[in-house]
Amino acid sequence: MEQRGSSILQNIDWFTVILYLVLVTLGWINIFSASYSPDNISFSLATRYGRQMMWIGAAVLIAITMLLIDSKFYSTFAEIIYVTLMVTLLGVLLFGSTVNGAKSWIVIGPVQVQPAEFAKIAASLTLAKYMSRYHFKPDGFKSMMIVCCICFLPSVFILLQNDTGSALVFAALMIAYFREGMKPLIFVLGLLMALLFLLSLLYEMHVIIIVIEVLAFGAFYVFRDKPKELGIGILAVIVGTAAAYAVCQWLVPDWPKYVPLLFGFGIAIPFFLAYTYRHRLGKIAAIIGIAVASIGFAFSVGYFFDNVLAPHQRARINHLLGIEVDLQGAGYNVNQSMIAIGSGGFSGKGYLQGTQTKFKFVPEQSTDFIFCTIGEEWGFVGSTVLLLLFLTLLVRLLILAERQKSKFSRIYGYCVASIFFFHIVVNIGMTIGLMPVIGIPLPFFSYGGSSLWGFTMLLFIFLKLDCNRMELIT
Amino acid sequence: MNPFRQRCYVIGGLFALIIFVYIGRLFYLQVVNESYKMSASNNVLRYVTQYPARGLMYDRNGVLLVHNQAAYDLMVTPNQLHEFDTALFCQLLDIDKAQVDKRLRKAKRYSYYKPSTFLEQISAEQYGAFQENLYQFKGFYAQTRSLRIYPQNIAAHTFGYVGEVDDKTAQNDDYYKSGDYIGISGIERMYEEQLRGRKGVEIFMVDVHNRIKGQYKNGIYDTLAVNGHDITLTLDARLQEYGERLMQNKIGSIVALEPSTGEILAIVSAPTYDPGLLVGRERSANYKQLRADSLNPLFCRPLQARYPPGSTFKTVNALIGLQEGIINGIYTYYPCHYGYTVGRFHMGCHGHTSPLNVVEALQHSCNAYFAAEYRALLDNPKYQTIDSAFNVWRNHATSFGFGSKLGVDLPYEVAGYVPTLSFYNRTYGKGRLKSLYIVSNSIGQGELLLTPLQMANLASTIANRGHYFTPHVVKEIREGDNSFLDAFREPHYTDIDTTYFPLVIEGMYRAVNSPTGGTAGVAAIKDIDVCGKTGTAENPHGKDHSIFMAFAPRENPQIAIAVYVENAGFGASYAAPIASLMIERYLTGAVTRSWLENRMLQMDLINGTTR
Repeated sequence: MEQRGSSILQNIDWFTVILYLVLVTLGWINIFSASYSPDNISFSLATRYGRQMMWIGAAVLIAITMLLIDSKFYSTFAEIIYVTLMVTLLGVLLFGSTVNGAKSWIVIGPVQVQPAEFAKIAASLTLAKYMSRYHFKPDGFKSMMIVCCICFLPSVFILLQNDTGSALVFAALMIAYFREGMKPLIFVLGLLMALLFLLSLLYEMHVIIIVIEVLAFGAFYVFRDKPKELGIGILAVIVGTAAAYAVCQWLVPDWPKYVPLLFGFGIAIPFFLAYTYRHRLGKIAAIIGIAVASIGFAFSVGYFFDNVLAPHQRARINHLLGIEVDLQGAGYNVNQSMIAIGSGGFSGKGYLQGTQTKFKFVPEQSTDFIFCTIGEEWGFVGSTVLLLLFLTLLVRLLILAERQKSKFSRIYGYCVASIFFFHIVVNIGMTIGLMPVIGIPLPFFSYGGSSLWGFTMLLFIFLKLDCNRMELIT
Repeated sequence: MNPFRQRCYVIGGLFALIIFVYIGRLFYLQVVNESYKMSASNNVLRYVTQYPARGLMYDRNGVLLVHNQAAYDLMVTPNQLHEFDTALFCQLLDIDKAQVDKRLRKAKRYSYYKPSTFLEQISAEQYGAFQENLYQFKGFYAQTRSLRIYPQNIAAHTFGYVGEVDDKTAQNDDYYKSGDYIGISGIERMYEEQLRGRKGVEIFMVDVHNRIKGQYKNGIYDTLAVNGHDITLTLDARLQEYGERLMQNKIGSIVALEPSTGEILAIVSAPTYDPGLLVGRERSANYKQLRADSLNPLFCRPLQARYPPGSTFKTVNALIGLQEGIINGIYTYYPCHYGYTVGRFHMGCHGHTSPLNVVEALQHSCNAYFAAEYRALLDNPKYQTIDSAFNVWRNHATSFGFGSKLGVDLPYEVAGYVPTLSFYNRTYGKGRLKSLYIVSNSIGQGELLLTPLQMANLASTIANRGHYFTPHVVKEIREGDNSFLDAFREPHYTDIDTTYFPLVIEGMYRAVNSPTGGTAGVAAIKDIDVCGKTGTAENPHGKDHSIFMAFAPRENPQIAIAVYVENAGFGASYAAPIASLMIERYLTGAVTRSWLENRMLQMDLINGTTR
């Protein structure tokens, strides 16, 4: 029997550890640049870089602690950790402190902690435990529901805390589910929903209904090559729509344009259903179902957009989609951020030489918009190196996950990779104008203790599991 | 073997794909696209902050109280400095060489790269001459600022003042840069966010001679400054001005409220100062001078001074006695023989008929009646112990808002003081309290301390027959979010039944209007039913403070007022006439008793002479 300490030193994946240290160090260097004042360089805890240094120290201690805890602990106590965090999230919702409009902080003396950062770990562990069960059927409806519950319960709490960014992160865990055998159909449906979401924001409702109808008839043709029946169906819908249009014009001319379309479609549905029932055509029935669901979804997107999202969130999405261009308002951050990054050029202005970020043109420059500092001071070369470093980390995590003997460790590894992936893609995407402005931190780079500790825990729990990769952890 | 193993390549591929899309986007932003690329040389672009005009302030009738005038700050960026003609520079700006060196050193100490203020608030004329020669002085440029102007020259304490932001705030708050202005006291401080607006930035291209060559990219990266919101105050400028005039050469406060809303009509702190003194280049010198003044004009007495309430507090004790059933409105209980005597203890009183009921006791401000009533309350067997009786009294008293901040929308309000049981336990020992020890509380003397604002609020509470609205000075943020005003529209009820208030009001009415004589006959105004209560507070710093609180008219009251005049003697001598004049002025728009007015205006209590 080996000493535990030496076995950790021998088995730990040094490649990832070194990558971690490199990223954290680079992160601190950039926070220094984003928050120092050029004339008064003193090292104190009053400065952001001073405090970040303290938090990095604490993060290293956390990492070591994670490695010393027995790897069976994580699987055994997964649910308990999960429940505890859910209770904490609820507690924060009721008694938490509000910072920047999000009621998601616990303040204990000088320390502010955001439990949402740790909820990701809890959800990952629990998901790994649930999906690694012997009887888990990845394509079963019940398992799908449970997986979604585990992922989206914390998401709902965090959404209620008004912290949209952290709530969306949990969607990334679907990647781990996909790896474990999620039905491709769900994936396709997910893509369809995303597409519909965008379309329904960009186009008027009647256009969307027509598109859905055309697609449905197209699918009909693919599955049942009977042009005559198809023709009758199309005719029925057109006649129904025209009749409804005439009646609407006569009765209430100021109704929106989509109303007759809905009527026409609605009148045709019973006939289609009778037809599919007579010929026993399950697939056609499914197509009708999907078409109806899509129209319902498009309507609920409109409702969600107008009634659930806060005005600033609406404005950000509108800006991203190019519906409204408002460089002074919602687009201000993104525009300033792109100017900062663009001004970096090929090789950057040099460390500490950034002007855009120094003069507080970019808000939140040491937290959510830290990538601007990198883009401005290190240029295209530096940004690319950073993106490649992140890609290396992600791929390394996938390789580590695939070499696990136990399913639990593998799934957890995928969860870790997915969460990192989501943060990196959304955060950097927002600074370069490819994603809406969603306030989530860039791992190891954004200023703040909670996020750094959260990412460190997430990663080092996996590295600990990886140390015992030949064991079966259930 | 896991059947889904190949999916890891799909996931890995997705990761790589998106990262490479991002690298492509960065290549476009940073290398290909020219419009996002700024010149690498900082000297070519100049970022000029556009300061928004601070919001204006109006009184309740729309009279302009605070507005702005333009001035210029000369800014310097040390690393862009070249040699220049110092003699011309000094001549144009009217400063000497030593000062130039000193200010440059200071700017360099602050930053080599960031612009800082070299010379503050140059007038428009002076700047005009300087601007023609600006091309000779590289590294300098001017920035437009706005300065406060006070056309009415009143209410200095309420408006507060604006000054440069301190280093700590500039570091911690993303909005402020060093050299920016921020509200430091008064409304300027409390409503900073509404008043300040939002800064903008204009980006100019500058040639090597420091001349502006035009806007960068036609201004598409500029942000416009958004002006601050204008504010309508609850103050009545004419009443405020009149109050300040009445209080000249005296020390003290006036607070006048509208009982039905809690709106502050006038808030006078005497001695006051010219608000224009704390604006512009001379601000810090003037501030130092005001600071050093032994009469402490910067001290906002209505909110920060704590005085014993004196006999005005008898109204509260009467209400508590009625509520607790210790007294009622009809029967006379306590005799008065020129005072209240128990053994060797004696509290003096003046000549009036005896015995009295509660209304008459208030009318004549009988010390003996309230001393006896207070002791009857504390020693009443129904409370079992004096400790619990005291707490009953204290809870009633604090329900009037005494002993805690009322929550006025002005900074630095203090809480006043209502003694606690633990305070007396420390003084006399636990369980050793005797009603006679603290009998001074009955006549508002003892340890009780109220701010003038709290006393005006007491007048307002009695006027409303048992509730008050939190006093406030802001009536409306024009075109802004006014939801914060909801808190001021919430009535606060005392825990005294509404039915007991008419007795106290009758007593206050008689104190002013009774033909048989009350303590405040001087406050009576023809055709207006004034209800008032005098107070005379002993204090260790000299002559008694003269106190008066009142409201009028008796039915449907329009104004509640408290007046404190320090070291001026009886309540009836100064505070009551001043309050009465204020009421008349507010309700009728003019003052008919010019003899009384002249007497008050000319009285100089500071230098001890009557002019």
